[in-house]
Amino acid sequence: MIELVGVRKSFEGRTVLDGVSLSLDRGETFVIIGMSGTGKTVTLKHIAGLLDPDGGDVFIGGVKMNGAAEDVKERLRMKMGIVFQSGALINWLTVFDNIALPLVERRLLPAADIEAIVDEKLRLLGLSEAKYKMPGELSGGMKKRVCLARVLVRNPEIILYDEPTAGLDPVMSRTINNLIRQMKRDFGVTSMVVTHDMHSAYDIADRIAMLYNGSIIQCDVPERIKDSDNPIVRQFVRGMVEGPIVVE
Amino acid sequence: MKGLADIVTYLGRSILHILGFSGYTILLFFRSMGYLRNIVRRRHEIARQMFNAGARTFGVITVVSLFTGMILTLQTGIALKDYGMEENIGNIVIATLTREMGPFSAAIILIASIGSAMAAELGTMKVSEEIDALQVMSIHPEDYLVMPRVVALTVMMPVATIYVNTLGVIGGAVIAESHLGVSFQTFYLHVLESLWFKATYVGLFKALVFGMAISSISCAHGLRAENGARGVGRATRNSVVASFLVILIIGYYITDMFFREGL
Repeated sequence: MIELVGVRKSFEGRTVLDGVSLSLDRGETFVIIGMSGTGKTVTLKHIAGLLDPDGGDVFIGGVKMNGAAEDVKERLRMKMGIVFQSGALINWLTVFDNIALPLVERRLLPAADIEAIVDEKLRLLGLSEAKYKMPGELSGGMKKRVCLARVLVRNPEIILYDEPTAGLDPVMSRTINNLIRQMKRDFGVTSMVVTHDMHSAYDIADRIAMLYNGSIIQCDVPERIKDSDNPIVRQFVRGMVEGPIVVE
Repeated sequence: MKGLADIVTYLGRSILHILGFSGYTILLFFRSMGYLRNIVRRRHEIARQMFNAGARTFGVITVVSLFTGMILTLQTGIALKDYGMEENIGNIVIATLTREMGPFSAAIILIASIGSAMAAELGTMKVSEEIDALQVMSIHPEDYLVMPRVVALTVMMPVATIYVNTLGVIGGAVIAESHLGVSFQTFYLHVLESLWFKATYVGLFKALVFGMAISSISCAHGLRAENGARGVGRATRNSVVASFLVILIIGYYITDMFFREGL
């Protein structure tokens, strides 16, 4: 469903991705872990076609995303949604209007149907009370849930999550994890999740990959990641201060 | 020698950057104009932007326009009085306002208040990933964000110019009466005498082009912002500087184009 082949990306001479290759099957939940600034979000943006790699290729459903014409990228993006770390809500629209935005813009449904769909997602994510609030009135966690609702109304085949549980309380984190599993179970959604939250990663992942110095150093099922022999992976997943990872 | 090479490299990079950014801005303008077919759908956003450009700058435009007319009348009137020609002050005030001062004053106010706000708003959206979110939803920023802003400022610029000209004349009339002893009636007769159609429409045409340029430049800087709050600040400052320079250059060429042969 998603395939990255030798993807390289540098910003102002600094290499962020150095030949990253990975492949996700349809309906798989794939988690990327790694230190801050190791290119996890950059990887997601390559998959969404928001960044083009300096080298290598990105394929979505067998179609090459990088370097594709804008209409091809648009067609591929129709299949996917991103839950942004900050929520990325349009600040002059209410919660309702933010969630309805992709449906309103696509103009395929009448207003009453759009309202029903949005109300359903608001209920699902415990946001009914916030329906007419502005983004500025929401907490970080609520913004993230509104962003997730905005993704869900489009029924995407692929959902990319950027730190979906960061800043959420444990109950809401569990709710989001359940939702990610439910999307996979009920709708066969393919998910790629970038996170630092190892509890969440073990909870939802079919496979976990660790990104370090621009490369994937281990990609395996959660159990093997948990008991990894790789000292870098072991230090990271156990949150140890001592080890090969040096915090500058 | 190395210092010289560094300077040449820096200059070369700067020129390439300016050329690249100019190309991006022009492309952005034409791409946004390609979405004019959605003008009815975007009417609420256009109205919001027009309200920002109009109502939110009303106070400052009023003060600037009145004082522009007053200063112009006082400075020129004192010189004319030495030759006993102060009665002609109305001719000079209206000619100066309609041809240059009106559109320039309006442009400077709108660059400072609206252009900078546009760059800051879109810049903040860029660094907080809202622009990325729109793209992933297959909503084109040129359609959703840029076109309404360009249309709103292109419409509001001539309106602001007419307002500046009108208030400038009123301010001038007050000073002509109080400091130069020129009656309101004489002042207005001379204003009407020199209210040439060509000067008026060229001034409004200038305002229209300024509106397109300021909005496109501001949006381009906003959409290219990066590196958080500092990047947004830089984009805002650069949009103001670039807009000032561009309206000066465009203003000169429009004047040259229309007035080379005289009125």
